[in-house]
Amino acid sequence: MVEFAGWEMPVQYEGVREEHMAVRMDVGMFDVSHMGEIETSGPQALELLQWLISNDLSTIPIGGAQYGVICRDDGDVLDDLFTYRLDVDRWLTVTNAANHASDLAWFQEQAHAFDVQVDDRIEDYAMLAVQGPRAREIVQAISDAPLPARMRAGTRRLAGAETLVCGTGYTGEDGVELLLAPADAPALWDELVRRGAVPVGLAARDTLRLEACFHLYGNDLSTERGPIEAGLGWCCKEDTQFVGSDAVRAVREAGPAEKLVAFAIDGPGIARQGNPIAGGGVVTSGTLSPCLGVGIGLAFVPAERSAVGTRLEIDVRGKMRSAVVKEKPLYRKD
Amino acid sequence: MAEASYPDELLYHPEHDWARIDPAQPGEATLGITWYAQDALGEVVFFEAPPVGLTLSKDEPYAEVESVKAVSDVVAPLSGEIVAVNEALADDPQAINEDPYGEGWLVRIALSDPAERDALLDAQAYSATLGG
Repeated sequence: MVEFAGWEMPVQYEGVREEHMAVRMDVGMFDVSHMGEIETSGPQALELLQWLISNDLSTIPIGGAQYGVICRDDGDVLDDLFTYRLDVDRWLTVTNAANHASDLAWFQEQAHAFDVQVDDRIEDYAMLAVQGPRAREIVQAISDAPLPARMRAGTRRLAGAETLVCGTGYTGEDGVELLLAPADAPALWDELVRRGAVPVGLAARDTLRLEACFHLYGNDLSTERGPIEAGLGWCCKEDTQFVGSDAVRAVREAGPAEKLVAFAIDGPGIARQGNPIAGGGVVTSGTLSPCLGVGIGLAFVPAERSAVGTRLEIDVRGKMRSAVVKEKPLYRKD
Repeated sequence: MAEASYPDELLYHPEHDWARIDPAQPGEATLGITWYAQDALGEVVFFEAPPVGLTLSKDEPYAEVESVKAVSDVVAPLSGEIVAVNEALADDPQAINEDPYGEGWLVRIALSDPAERDALLDAQAYSATLGG
């Protein structure tokens, strides 16, 4: 167990590789109850969220889900988050644990200008992520109704417990994320383990998301850069005029000076966050990929060196390791 | 290896490294990391053996062991020159976790100062440093 953003969390249960492969081939389950939740409701809930979040939330249907970022006025990223539309004027935003308090304060501060209610719901939800090719099968077996599709969310009873089931995940596999009352979570965990879900810890969570090239705030996203550089221009709709949109638009139009690329190491070695790259750039995330068997990672490099196939020389604690820029995602199901 | 174990016939360095000196070949030692070290690291994913011929100095790091999340220095319990390395670890670094005192051996050295062994701890003294 380690301390992570103020929570005690398991790094691994049986072993990182085993847990990683269980998610890729079968079904694994994460306790991600450390994530934060903010509920926004009222007549101007959509307006507040459009103001704060980079994406166009007006396109989310009731029961829909959408990824976006929140930025500072200068365009630098404060957090990346998922928002679920629970009802016409009721939305649930899931935040990263490390940023929950500051995200909430930011939401509440900006809410003053809108006819809206912002509530901290972190205490009301535990969250379990069930991911892998068999994830939906085992959750469907205890659900009182068909599960929501990918990028959809809806309330179901799972083994009798009222649960917000979301067709989302952080592994690159199919699966669901379950939000439910903390008191109900241990029994649901046990039931899913009984039905074959393999417990998965933080270390495998990182190897899985890195193979899928999903961003981790604090590594690949931070207040040092904006979303365009990080490759998140797709979830920014400047026309919604969110905080930071002017800065984001300027970078998009001029072209970013740096870009976040995915790489794989050619040969031995594992690059890590902070490793400098010869000729400019820095590794933001790195690990050994259980599926590919080589070191992989994400790095910011000068835009002119970001093309797929570009060779990078990474300084790994004094030893130069040769790597190649790859297409994202690094791991693809065939 | 599931259970903590510190074999009696080995000598230990407080930085969680062991040395095996075979009485029939007292001028050489086989080195590795202890159960405690591999347990703290978690699953080892990478060990690049240092080159044969490299000189090790007692108490100085001579290699690194990597787990998914972290990199750890391996400290030399004794001084000497590497005469052999465990090449099998390139394909199976997890042997360091599964059999830290056997298949997980790291290097073999020719001792430059055999008297240094007197500064090392026996199994009981080393276990005591780990606390209760």
